[in-house]
Formats: sequence, C-alpha cells, structure tokens
Amino acid sequence: MCLAIPAKVKSIDGVEAEVEVGGVSRKASIMLTPEARVGDYVLLHTGYAINVIDEEEAQETLKIFREMAEAEAKDSSN
Amino acid sequence: MKFISEYRDAELGKKLIARIQQRSTKPARLMEFCGGHTVSIAKHGLRQLLPPTITMLSGPGCPVCVTASADLDKAIALAKLPDVIITTFGDMIKVPASRSSLQQVKAEGGDVRIVYSTLDALKIAQSNPSKSVVFIGVGFETTAPTIAASVLQAEQQGIDNYYVLSLHKLCPPVVKALLDSGEVKIDGIVCPGHVSVIIGSHPYEFIPRDYGIACVISGFEPLDILQCVDMLVDQIENGQPKVEIAYRRGVKPEGNRIALELMDKVFEVCDGNWRGIGVVPGSGLRLRKEYQRYDAEHNFEIRPGEPIEPKGCICGDILRAVKTPLECKLFRKVCNPEHPVGPCMVSSEGSCAAYYQYGEGYGG
Amino acid sequence: MEDKILLAHGSGGKLSHDLVAQNFVPLFDNAFLNKLDDSAVFELEGRLAFTTDSYVVNPIFFPGGDIGKLAVCGTVNDLSMSGAVPKYLSIALIIEEGLLMSDLRRIMASIKKAATEAGVKIVTGDTKVVNRGSADKLFINSAGVGVIPSSVDISGSNARVGDKVILSGSIGDHGIAVISQREGLQFSSSVKSDCAPLNKLVAEMLNSGVDIRCLRDPTRGGLASTLNEFAESSKVGIRIEEQDIPVHEVVQAACELLGFDPLYVANEGKLVAVVAANGAEKVVEAMRRNKYGKEAAIIGEVVSEHTGRVILKTRMGASRIVDMLVGEQLPRIC
Repeated sequence: MCLAIPAKVKSIDGVEAEVEVGGVSRKASIMLTPEARVGDYVLLHTGYAINVIDEEEAQETLKIFREMAEAEAKDSSN
Repeated sequence: MKFISEYRDAELGKKLIARIQQRSTKPARLMEFCGGHTVSIAKHGLRQLLPPTITMLSGPGCPVCVTASADLDKAIALAKLPDVIITTFGDMIKVPASRSSLQQVKAEGGDVRIVYSTLDALKIAQSNPSKSVVFIGVGFETTAPTIAASVLQAEQQGIDNYYVLSLHKLCPPVVKALLDSGEVKIDGIVCPGHVSVIIGSHPYEFIPRDYGIACVISGFEPLDILQCVDMLVDQIENGQPKVEIAYRRGVKPEGNRIALELMDKVFEVCDGNWRGIGVVPGSGLRLRKEYQRYDAEHNFEIRPGEPIEPKGCICGDILRAVKTPLECKLFRKVCNPEHPVGPCMVSSEGSCAAYYQYGEGYGG
Repeated sequence: MEDKILLAHGSGGKLSHDLVAQNFVPLFDNAFLNKLDDSAVFELEGRLAFTTDSYVVNPIFFPGGDIGKLAVCGTVNDLSMSGAVPKYLSIALIIEEGLLMSDLRRIMASIKKAATEAGVKIVTGDTKVVNRGSADKLFINSAGVGVIPSSVDISGSNARVGDKVILSGSIGDHGIAVISQREGLQFSSSVKSDCAPLNKLVAEMLNSGVDIRCLRDPTRGGLASTLNEFAESSKVGIRIEEQDIPVHEVVQAACELLGFDPLYVANEGKLVAVVAANGAEKVVEAMRRNKYGKEAAIIGEVVSEHTGRVILKTRMGASRIVDMLVGEQLPRIC
C-alpha cells in the first residue's frame, strides 16, 4: 500500500502548500506536517504531506549502498 | 526525480544483488504485506534476481483486496441512493462486491467520481450543496490520517454535506492474526514503508520478541527493497531477529506524532472484517461519536443485502500467503483483469494482478 | 450569429445552412466542399486506404491541442500507418445543445490548422445537434482516404525475427496532458499533448529505402498494447529495453503521482515501427531530421522466443512480461 512520492515544497499558505515533483505541481495539505518549510521535501500521499524527508538520512542510505557496492566489487575480484 | 531516481540505480542494484547472493546460505521465507512492495518487486523483476534460498511471499497488504464483500456492498448501496455523490480512490471502482461494483453502478447512472485526494472530495461537496458527498475511506494507517484531516477540515469550514464510510484497517493486528494462525512459515517480514512513516517502528516489536521473526521496514524503490532483503538476510543468518528501519529517510521510530493524534481524535479502534481472513479484533477504525455527523453509516439508511463470496475464488488463501495465484483454478482461465472474480485480480496491487501483469510464473 | 449552439443548428433549416455556409465552407475552402453537394466526388488511382475514427475526448480543450486537432491527426495518422498518403477527410460533428459558438469556432480553426499542416482537405461533413445531456459537449467522427504507393507493404503481421523496433519519441505526453485537466485529479505541469500529423515523418521513413515491416501509432492502450498487437499478429516475440524507452521526466513524475505506467498511457503524435535490422540506424537518422522524430530511438528487437509475448528487460537486469492494457488505467493510492 501507499503510493507516496517525494515532492518539494514551493510555497506555503496556512495549511495549504504548493508542492512540485519532476515538474508537476499540485496543491497539498500540510495538516499532518505543520513543521514543513519551503524547500523541504515531503512524502506526498493522496494530496497530503505525511512526513518531511530526512535529507541527511537519504544521503546516508546512498552512501551505504555505495560502500556495499565497493565492498562487493573488492570481494568478487579476490 | 530527487529521492526516486537515485534508488533505481542499476549498477548499485547489481552489486547489492551479488552481495545478497553471497551472504544468503539459510532458507529465508520473506513476506511483504504492503501492496506497494508487491507491485515494485514484480515490476522490477526482483524475485528472479534473488538467490534460490530466498522465497518472497505476498501477504494481505492490499487494503482494497482485504475489503470484505459485506463492506463494499455498503458502498454500493450508498451509491444507489438519490442525491448521493460517491467519491472514491480509483483502486476501488472495479472491485466486485456481492452483486455489483462501483463501476457498474456508475454505468447504471449512479454518481460515482474518482478523486486523487479527500481534498478533491471536499471541493465537490462545496460545489454541490444540495447533494451528499460520501467518501469511501479505504486504506491502512498511511491513509486514515488523511481522511481524519478531511473530517476536521469539513468541521472547520462548515461543510455539512461531506460524509465518510470508514473501511479503514490497521496493519499490526492482522500480522499477529496471521502469525497466530500458524498457516505459513515465515522467517522475515518486509514491513510496510509508508504505514511505518505514520506508526513508526515500535508497533512491530512484538514480532521478533514473540515469534522470533526478523523485521525490516522497507522503502519502495528497487534499491530500498534490496537493502531491506540484505538486512533481513543478515538477521536470519545471525539468528538475531529484531526490528530495523531500512527506509531511514522516511521512517522515524516514533512515527508521525501529529498524524497519529489526528487519527486518534477522529477515529476509534473497532473490529475489522478482512476478506478471506474474517473478523480480526481491534483491526478496524470507525468514526468517534463526536464525529458521527460525518459518518455515512450513521446518517444513511444502508441496506446492502446478504454478502455473497464468489465461488471457487481463493483470494482468502492468497491473501494469507497459503497459496499462490498459480494454484488457483480460476487464475487466468476464468479470472483475469478483464473479468475479475475476486479482489486480488482487480486491485492493481493484488497478488493475482501482479502475477498476471508481470508474469510471476514466467522465468525470464 | 448566436453565441450558443441551438438544436436548430442541426435541423437542416436556415440556421443549419448558415452555420455551414458562413463558417465551415469559407474556413476549409476547397473545390469539393464549396459545392456543398451531398457527396464529395473525386478520382484517385492505385490502392486506397480508408479509415474512420470517432473522437470523444474529455475535456475538449487540453494543453497542446483540442478535440479538433485530434480528429484530424488521428485519422491522418491511421492512414499513414498503412503507408498511405492521406488525401481527403470528412468531419462529422455531434454537438451538445448549449456549446459555446466561440468554442466551436476555436475547434474548427484547429481542424483547419491541422489539415493544412498535414496537407489534407476536408471535403465533406455533417452537423447534428442533440439535446443537452445527450452528448458530452462535442463528439467528432472523422473518416479519411489515402493512396498507398505500389512499393509499400506494411502490416502488423509482417514482423520478422531479427527486425528492430523503433519508437519515434517520448511516450505518455498526451494521456498525462489530458488527465491533468480532469476534475478530481487536477495538477499543473508543462506537459503538452504530443498530438501531431505524422504523414510527413512516415514519408521520410519510406524514402530511406529501408524495408519498413510494421507501423502503428500507440494511442489508447499505449506502447505496450501496440507491441502486443504486433507480437500476436506476426506470431513473434518482442524484447524491449526499459532504459532505451524515452519518457520525459515530467511525464514520469505525473505517472508516479497517479500510479500510472507510461507504457500504457495514450500517445497521439508517436509511432512504433518494426524495420529490417540492417536499415534500422538509417531509419532513425531519417526520423531525427523530422520535427516529430527528434527523439527517435531503437528500443528493442523481434525474437523467435515467447511468440505473442512482449518482454521488457528492466533497469535492474531482470525480465518481465509487458501485457496488453485491460480496461483503463485508473489513478490509485496503493
């Protein structure tokens, strides 16, 4: 379940935000994420932001992937 | 697209797969019970790429598939009432209920409209003050808070012709029911990503603690799922089951506190009726007394008729991962996306639809 | 002139006659239509291609086009996919009472513009008006006739093992442009329908001298359904590479939002071709010189295995079946 897509917050007006993903813009509600700020990335599910994406964790995850990939490359060449 | 494309990197994927192939020595039966995972695994062909030690099973993760006929019959009965506009997510429209479907009612003249969000349903309510707009509330903990928010918004804006038919379900109780039934042997669970954004990781702690089963909360992109499988293999190889979060950019251990509060404000827990499983105590949500004026069940005379389950349909067994679609006598021959018999075929996330569409029985 | 279409505009009386004589005839201005006879009379030599299509798109105006442009391009393209040079089209309107005259004029101007670009003439037509509620603003039927050069033999059943599959450009633009305007699903984006007449593109492909076996425009049902049709008709298998299929980022984003698969989204200005392998690169080069083929690419090949089936190799390296679209893709939350 749960199609939710990372979207960038472009503007906020009360509980309503304008979010954008890959060039597609939509109005979204930030009732569930009042801490969202312009420039944040949120997970958009049925028109609501359900959380603010932790960019540091996102980078950390990609770093882990790359490290795993390098370790794998080393192992397989041994 | 940021936060999507990076997690589809083919080169990194191949390396992750190689790593899993190397490290997985013990048989690992892994169940995912989130339709989004079912589809992603099928779409990217991940099953084929994993080593033979790993078996991927699909559990009752599709909220559409687990909606009981009796409940969907209520939606259909509402759709037939005069001056009622039914607003629904697209997923529900083709699902066969006892005698009809929302799509069929639409063809027969019912006002049934597909919306992307409850926000759209609220707009429809505002533009049609002389009609009653009923929103068919389906979904797990990811979606329930958004429906709760819509009820609060209706209250704030004085929209008095908006109603919700709550068919919402909760995940952890059904996992417990499944594990208690002992029907399927599972070594690890791919925990739902977006449900966990809301509920956090604590609700799953009973799984490793009481059942010794590994748990990792996964995102939806191919690299996310591979990372999750890698972490599950790790737990299984070391015999150290616990709850871990792979989807760290989305999930915090405490979840989304505000969403949980809003959900709790509008809804209360009740028994849930799961297709193919039956009643699971404490697994459903209904609107609280304070919000009864928005509850469709409270405000309309709903006469759904006796529920009928389609003959020969084993969606129940498939939802509980006791059988695969390939073992269903109706699969493909009688039951297909054009003429679905059960919900597993209709829902875009249902196991049968995924098998049919992406050819799970096809070995690349 | 009235500002709305009335039932009388379709009844054959003065209002009807004036609508046609004062608006449509001068707009399309050709010897056949100007006569206003019951039929357009002309001579054509050679093998003829004849097609018809009805257009019921909702909404009738969408980014990148409207129902009028669609009606011309769709029919021109159907003729082109048989290798025919499109010549003459008919336009029959079924108008819902109450349609704004200004909307109708806008659509007729679109038809004229598209016909001029394609080099075809609108030689005959019909206008009917139905009661409010009996039609969704405007339905158009368009039939067309074209001439197929003697050297051309194109059919969905001509694909041979070893042939290459070529796509003329990005997929999903039209379907996404239309759905972005629908009530309940609105979102804003730069996506425009790719609606376009492809007859000149096809002419350049045929001029390359390479053997073109199959041609089809992937409209409803998208690329996936068209490839399945070829596989079934030709009794072959088709393999395509996910990474080679052009999809604009914004279309991909909209599909992610709604839960759609671009492989199944309608296109109105693209074609899929199956061509002899040794000429594939040459055809792609010829296509890229045309404004509607700039993103042309080889996306796969015809194989002898899994006859009747289309297999996609995913970015991850796995293979999966791409089935035909059943029913309609619907926006989903799951």
